[in-house]
Amino acid sequence: MTAPRTLYDKIWDDHVVHRDEDGTCLLYIDRHLVHEVTSPQAFEGLRMAGRKVRSPERTIAVPDHNVPTTAGRDKHIDNDESRLQVEVLDRNAREFGLNYYPVSDVRQGIVHIVGPEQGWTLPGMTVVCGDSHTATHGAFGALAHGIGTSEVEHVLATQTLIQKKSKNMKVEVTGRLPAGVTAKDITLSIIGRTGTAGGTGHVIEYCGEAIRSLSMEGRMTVCNMAIEGGARAGLIAPDETTFDYVRGRPHAPKGAMWEAALDYWRTLRTDEGAHFDKVVTLDAAEIAPVVTWGTSPEDVLPITGVVPDPESFAGGKVAAARRSLDYMGLTPGTKLTDIAIDAVFIGSCTNGRIEDLRAAAAVLKGRRLAPGVRGMVVPGSGLVRLQAEEEGLAQIFVDAGFEWRLAGCSMCLGMNPDQLAPGERCAATSNRNFEGRQGYRGRTHLMSPAMAAAAGVTGRLTDVRELMAETV
Amino acid sequence: MTPFTTLTGIAAPMPLVNIDTDMIIPKQYLKTIQRTGLGRALFDELRYDRNGNEIPDFVLNMPQYRNAQIIVAGDNFGCGSSREHAAWALLDFGIRCVISTSFADIFYGNCFKNGILPVVLPQAAVDHLMEDARRGANARITVDLAAQSVTASDGTAFAFEIDPFRKHCLLNGLDDIGLTMQKAAAIDAFEARAAAARPWV
Repeated sequence: MTAPRTLYDKIWDDHVVHRDEDGTCLLYIDRHLVHEVTSPQAFEGLRMAGRKVRSPERTIAVPDHNVPTTAGRDKHIDNDESRLQVEVLDRNAREFGLNYYPVSDVRQGIVHIVGPEQGWTLPGMTVVCGDSHTATHGAFGALAHGIGTSEVEHVLATQTLIQKKSKNMKVEVTGRLPAGVTAKDITLSIIGRTGTAGGTGHVIEYCGEAIRSLSMEGRMTVCNMAIEGGARAGLIAPDETTFDYVRGRPHAPKGAMWEAALDYWRTLRTDEGAHFDKVVTLDAAEIAPVVTWGTSPEDVLPITGVVPDPESFAGGKVAAARRSLDYMGLTPGTKLTDIAIDAVFIGSCTNGRIEDLRAAAAVLKGRRLAPGVRGMVVPGSGLVRLQAEEEGLAQIFVDAGFEWRLAGCSMCLGMNPDQLAPGERCAATSNRNFEGRQGYRGRTHLMSPAMAAAAGVTGRLTDVRELMAETV
Repeated sequence: MTPFTTLTGIAAPMPLVNIDTDMIIPKQYLKTIQRTGLGRALFDELRYDRNGNEIPDFVLNMPQYRNAQIIVAGDNFGCGSSREHAAWALLDFGIRCVISTSFADIFYGNCFKNGILPVVLPQAAVDHLMEDARRGANARITVDLAAQSVTASDGTAFAFEIDPFRKHCLLNGLDDIGLTMQKAAAIDAFEARAAAARPWV
């Protein structure tokens, strides 16, 4: 009889290739996702050492960070450096024989949206990528985390990573979500509670009724931001919702293999009595639609709140909050709903999936962007874009005055031309409100797609519940 | 990778908490396909104005910190994006050691791959070293990896913990891909076992 294990323990145990006496492990990697920005130096390193990609069939490449989201990008990218990175990825993908979705492929999109969409991400796998939001794939009960470029090279060469096991942390969200509250509000509220370093050194397992009731899209939103809480990985045990999502995907198992996989996947849950090093519990009933006010994802408040006084914090956070408010151009005591915005960004690996676009479109139907506010919708993949067009969502966005873009990371990190101007304030569905993140001196407020849409309509941060109570 | 053994140098004080990797190196410098030459871009938006002129009161622009090799930083240094460019930029500027109460996991790992030593110490020790850092060249700090100690200018020594394997690699400047490739037989055996147990993967 083995000791009770957590979901993380089980996936970890099934992937240990070798364990040293000091506990350092060689961990096998089932899927390696690669994009154009953090991989060129890794491929170059392989070439210089005369090494090969050990398992090209487990490696999936897609350009997303740098690509423009405007038409014609498959023919030409204006920015020389961006073009070079996309060309280098193209060359590497073809030379090493990787699974590859170029910009000309309708399946291209943000790597963390493409992986699950194509069925590359399956329960119980280890998944890595040179991108911190790899945590997204944890929604399938896969151990997924971001790595640096040196580790990208290590995985390319050996299909393994040198790892020490993290601690186990449980985040339970009990009860049912109130109306107007979404997965984004859950994940931001958790970070607001634990802080951006609360999960450092841990893998989080999210559980509880409110998590269980989320769709796969919502679960991906929750796990996506595990890294913003300091945890490299977040996990949700797979269940029927997971299996229904995976079934029939291009790279999901079929027939007898599907049945065998299901049998294994059903064992992927934390045993009764398993040990967690840290436990955090939230009551879903107490979660409201939230926004961020500062320049750290932990700077979270319900939309009904006011800009906080930096002196209300302790330690180093006092100076940090003062700096944040100065950067954000905000005064303590201001009602959050009095903050006027200039731009709305709907997209990213956090909120660029079909459900997110549906939620935003539901708010925008029959409404328009407030005068002077610019809006941009960037679907997470070409297939999400196509589906949104078929469902009539694209037309709602266009009618509301939004730009309807091609898939990519876009204004989440502003590596491509989609950026805020200095001083511009944005209601964003992305994951980071760091200084300069969306453009030099740009100001970001993070929120859910419904909340971002509502802010677009009124031209200020808005409680979507109030807006939706009004008749159009 | 350049080994890290001992270092005595000037430390720059950066007491701000949650210094993220976007702050260490903003996105526009991630378009490179090389590892080198990023030192000029380190802390770009804190260090330069829009016209590329230095902002005189930013710590690394002050004459006494231009040759800093150590940063003493606030909590949770290196949070956010996984970009290893942050470590490359620090190294290219000449930073070989960062001292804080805590680091974000991915950044922490990236340091070791590039010959940079991240040192975790309790708040009181970091406060003590922050005072040294504020005195620039008048208060040099010594870091000894083999002995796992940081010594302040007044001789106070602080012991730090470090993973033995990472310490070994850093002390000797080892390429861990080479080490792992020596375990190719174990990887082959794992793949055979996994193919039998989970053939759909």
